[in-house]
Amino acid sequence: MTVTDTEAPVGSSTTGRVRRTPRVRELGVLLAVVLLIAATWLNNPGFLSGQGVRDLFLGATVLSVLAVGQALVLITKNVDLSVGSVMGLSAFGTGTLFVAFPGLPVPVVLLAGVAVGALCGAVNGFLVTFAQVPALVVTLGTLYAFRGLGHWWADGGQVNAHDMPSAFLDLGRSSVLGVPLPAAVAIVVVVGVGLFLSHYRSGRELYAIGSNVEAARLAGIPVGRRVLAVFVANGALAGLAGVLFAARYGTVDSTVGFGMELQVVAAAVVGGVAIAGGVGTVYGAALGAILLTTITAALPIWRIDQFWHQAVVGALILAAIGLDRLLALRSARRLRGGPRGS
Amino acid sequence: MAPDTVAPSPTPGRFRTLLSAREAPVVGALVVALLCASMFVDVFATGRNTSFLLLSVAAIALMALPMTLIVITGEIDLSVASTLALTSATLGVLWESGVPIETALVICLVIGALLGALNGVLVTVMGLPSLAVTIGTMALYRGLAYVLLGDRAVASYPQNWVSGARAPLPGVEGLPWVAVAILVLALLFAVFLHATGAGRSLFDIGNNDEAARFSGVSVKWTKFWLFTLSGVVASSAGLFWTLQYGTSRADTAFGLELQVVAAVLLGGVSIFGGVGSILGVMSGVLLLGVLRNALQLFGVSSDVLLIVTGAILIASVITPNLVARVRSRRARPLASRTPEGDTP
Amino acid sequence: MAVRGPTGPPVLSLADVSKAFGNVRALRGMSLELHPGEIHALVGENGAGKSTLVKTLAGVHRPDHGRVLVDGAHVEFTAPVDAQRAGVAVIYQEPTLFPDLSVTENIFVGRQPRTRWGTIDKARMRRLTREAFTSLGVEVDPERPARGLSIADQQLVEIAKAITRDARVLIMDEPTAALSGVEAERLFRVARSLREAGAALLFISHRFDEVFALSDRVTVVRDGSFVSCDPTGDLEVDTVVRRMVGRDVDDLYPEQQEAVIGETVLEVEGLTRQGVFADVSFTVRAGEIVALAGLVGAGRSEVVRAVFGVDRYDLGAVRVYGRPLPAGRPKAAMAAHMALVPEDRRQQGLVMESSIARNATATRRRTLSRAGLLTSRAENEAAHHWGERLRLKFGDLTDTVSTLSGGNQQKVVLAKWLSTEPRILFVDEPTRGIDVGTKAEVHRLLTTLAGEGVAVVMVSSELPEVLGMADRVLVMHEGRLTAELDRSEATEESVMYAATGTTAGKGAT
Repeated sequence: MTVTDTEAPVGSSTTGRVRRTPRVRELGVLLAVVLLIAATWLNNPGFLSGQGVRDLFLGATVLSVLAVGQALVLITKNVDLSVGSVMGLSAFGTGTLFVAFPGLPVPVVLLAGVAVGALCGAVNGFLVTFAQVPALVVTLGTLYAFRGLGHWWADGGQVNAHDMPSAFLDLGRSSVLGVPLPAAVAIVVVVGVGLFLSHYRSGRELYAIGSNVEAARLAGIPVGRRVLAVFVANGALAGLAGVLFAARYGTVDSTVGFGMELQVVAAAVVGGVAIAGGVGTVYGAALGAILLTTITAALPIWRIDQFWHQAVVGALILAAIGLDRLLALRSARRLRGGPRGS
Repeated sequence: MAPDTVAPSPTPGRFRTLLSAREAPVVGALVVALLCASMFVDVFATGRNTSFLLLSVAAIALMALPMTLIVITGEIDLSVASTLALTSATLGVLWESGVPIETALVICLVIGALLGALNGVLVTVMGLPSLAVTIGTMALYRGLAYVLLGDRAVASYPQNWVSGARAPLPGVEGLPWVAVAILVLALLFAVFLHATGAGRSLFDIGNNDEAARFSGVSVKWTKFWLFTLSGVVASSAGLFWTLQYGTSRADTAFGLELQVVAAVLLGGVSIFGGVGSILGVMSGVLLLGVLRNALQLFGVSSDVLLIVTGAILIASVITPNLVARVRSRRARPLASRTPEGDTP
Repeated sequence: MAVRGPTGPPVLSLADVSKAFGNVRALRGMSLELHPGEIHALVGENGAGKSTLVKTLAGVHRPDHGRVLVDGAHVEFTAPVDAQRAGVAVIYQEPTLFPDLSVTENIFVGRQPRTRWGTIDKARMRRLTREAFTSLGVEVDPERPARGLSIADQQLVEIAKAITRDARVLIMDEPTAALSGVEAERLFRVARSLREAGAALLFISHRFDEVFALSDRVTVVRDGSFVSCDPTGDLEVDTVVRRMVGRDVDDLYPEQQEAVIGETVLEVEGLTRQGVFADVSFTVRAGEIVALAGLVGAGRSEVVRAVFGVDRYDLGAVRVYGRPLPAGRPKAAMAAHMALVPEDRRQQGLVMESSIARNATATRRRTLSRAGLLTSRAENEAAHHWGERLRLKFGDLTDTVSTLSGGNQQKVVLAKWLSTEPRILFVDEPTRGIDVGTKAEVHRLLTTLAGEGVAVVMVSSELPEVLGMADRVLVMHEGRLTAELDRSEATEESVMYAATGTTAGKGAT
């Protein structure tokens, strides 16, 4: 750019590409997933065997569901660090419920797990909106509190697969149109939340809140109610993730989901959801989750020591936020001094 | 909208600034906790226990010092525990490969500085949010620790170094020299933060970094050095941790960063930056340690401890909010009375 | 031609409204009537209660006493939305848009048109936005994100929002403070066309030329109370100023003395920053007041910031007393006895959460320290000294600076920089948004400083200020210096000609 640029005819010539940047961002993650899968498959065709694909789907399911919820929270410029603990609470609660009432129908238990999560989310949301404590602090506190509650409840115990009805464990194994049921659930969640965010007033309002909360208040958006709802939804999704986890692995104790919060935030960030709020989609967050899971699955095939996994994830997060920053700078340069003057 | 008084004499309440409203609750809570613990728990005040207690909070106290400064400037460093672990792992590898322990310690501190500097570069040069950056480096540094050690442990450290790390101050039983060293360090940090120009500019950076820049403060340099300092301190905590327990493991101190942040926030530092004190933070660290220790001695399970930790953290932030709200409510009726009351 | 003056019933009015914050009574028995088809100007000093009045009309504040009436009926606005629903729209000086949302979404946020499925009707939303911009006669891409829009365009987005809401009352709170002449003209065109369409406009400005050019009636407020309301044609500037201040003001600009101009202290050579300014060269001598004139956005503040080192520059050199000044280091500039009173005092000049004393001494922490240690006592004494010198009005030095009025905040910024005893002083819009009385004080202060041999570089968008103060005027246009005028050559015409370049004639009406 030079000074003479400002003398160029003003107008809207520069904005076409800017607008599409977010889409590009998600396509980038998709491309990375596809390339990684393709390369790994060429390396070892067994990677995409029926069982391999199923494992990939199932592995990504829990993380995707959590990432979708986290994306909702991040878009409103909040964060929920307690999701790992909430998921653990829900998973263990689900198991315990089966032990206590062996005959309970599966949908009831599923709802109970979701409800436990929603309740935890409501606690977070209430503290953030009404007590006006920053979300980072609240959820750091409830990260401990919910985990402690889980430990206290489990008292060192464990619920094993044979305690659970087979109908429940089948959930983790059956398929719909060739897609494992949990993965199908995750897809429904992703698409549903995605459509909500892009096509409904209250969905767009979440972006408005994250983008400029004062302006949102002035525009009459019920900020407190929306943020509370987002935390409840995120809690419910963490609850759902807990149930899916229990159905898939069968064995649960109170340590389920320990340290998960950071993987979830990582997935969302890698998928282009900005920690600073107002930017990102749940599709991106889910793709981020899939990318992280695929890396986990691909490392052994590339004969890379599994101990490299976390380092790779860390490098990926840094690369993702660095890339976002560069994209933002580029579009800012393009937007600078846009339409102006007579 | 100032009252029409021209420049009254410069006499602020100095006692008011000595103990501000934000840290008073945590200091008070610490005093109460200490009193209760020594009254109701028999072994609490014994030398063995105080030594154990102080050693158990040493690493957190160390890392909380630079963290306080960083949070006051409006940033955060979540990678401290991973830096600690990577330092520990590096020390293990170096020691195993025959490097003399003194040399290994120095190398580890340099590596710590580099790890912190990387955070600093990403935050200042690239302009990335520190929350995201240090979540990334938290995973990266922890991951590198795994790469170095896998699931092995290194435990062959020389005995005199191990016992030296735990030794009391000569002649004072129950007071580890490390605790005294940290106290001295904390005093230095406090003087720097509260009574030097550079320290006070950290508050400006946290409140309004643009105004700080216009006043001649090098915001980026300051933040870069704070992150580097945090790296050095975290790695020295790692060295101390390793020698104190006599082992290096990749998963060491997992999740400790959140305890450090919790102690800092509990100590009255605002997560938004611009507010905080070293006294409050050190009280916060000790309060968490004392509670943990006393409850354990009292036979309360560690699960309850987690719940208590979480609850205290949240309560510590709610309290000032509530106080502020009550104050403004008290002020409001007065305000609405004035206009009518004054009309003749 | 629309009906002028108070013929129809008022669409929005305040009746005997009082509002207090703590002990400060912002409004006392204020009354105001806005009629359809009029542009109503509201003038008063800073702290006179204009902002409180606007916020009361906008539903942000609720009056302690008195009533707000819409179409003659008493209403209670409990939130800004209530005011919006009643057809009241406010364009703030710096609009608060959602940077991450598109222009269209910004206009319709919270009230997007919906399909019968309850989803957002994006096509219709886009169409309505285009229509609104067409009716305003301006071109803004409805699909671009709001991030990066100029302030003028942001205001247009707000106006488009008001139009799509069918707002009947448009309140503009100092809309032109940050606009260039061309942008302000465009805004006035829009305002006039809205008046023709029957809207009521409340226009707040410190610039009398605008008030007289645009408004049909002028209401003057002082100390939160109503002073007068007259048709603009019956008024003269002097009358309005006297009513605003409540006394006769001495000349706004101090007697111009023949300045004793000394040696060259600052040389700027070929300063260039890609896309912002290019090849800027000038010199400043001791005891001289040099004004940097030009339109907003011409790059004047940017040049000053780059010289001082807050911003970087790509090419060129700065020399102070013949010695090169390292680039990009405000500290080095301060060591070379330079000072910069920035454009935006709330964002760049002050730390609003911090105390008056700490703000006033923020530039001198090192010199006030003893053995490296800085005490509150030292800060307070230094701040007290400067508070007295600048006749600062305040409660307690430990109060946060946010409790001060705009003019007094500006004095704190001045104290902060003058206390460094600069030899070269940059002041960027030193009197923007401050009241007439303080304005005169600032002008006197700058003249005194120049008399003491300080080199003063003043960026100002107010032509009378430039012409009244400067020994020499440098004019910038689109990032380049286009003229250097002596006091004798500098007239409104010559400065504007240089500031707008040759192409500017088209934009003005």
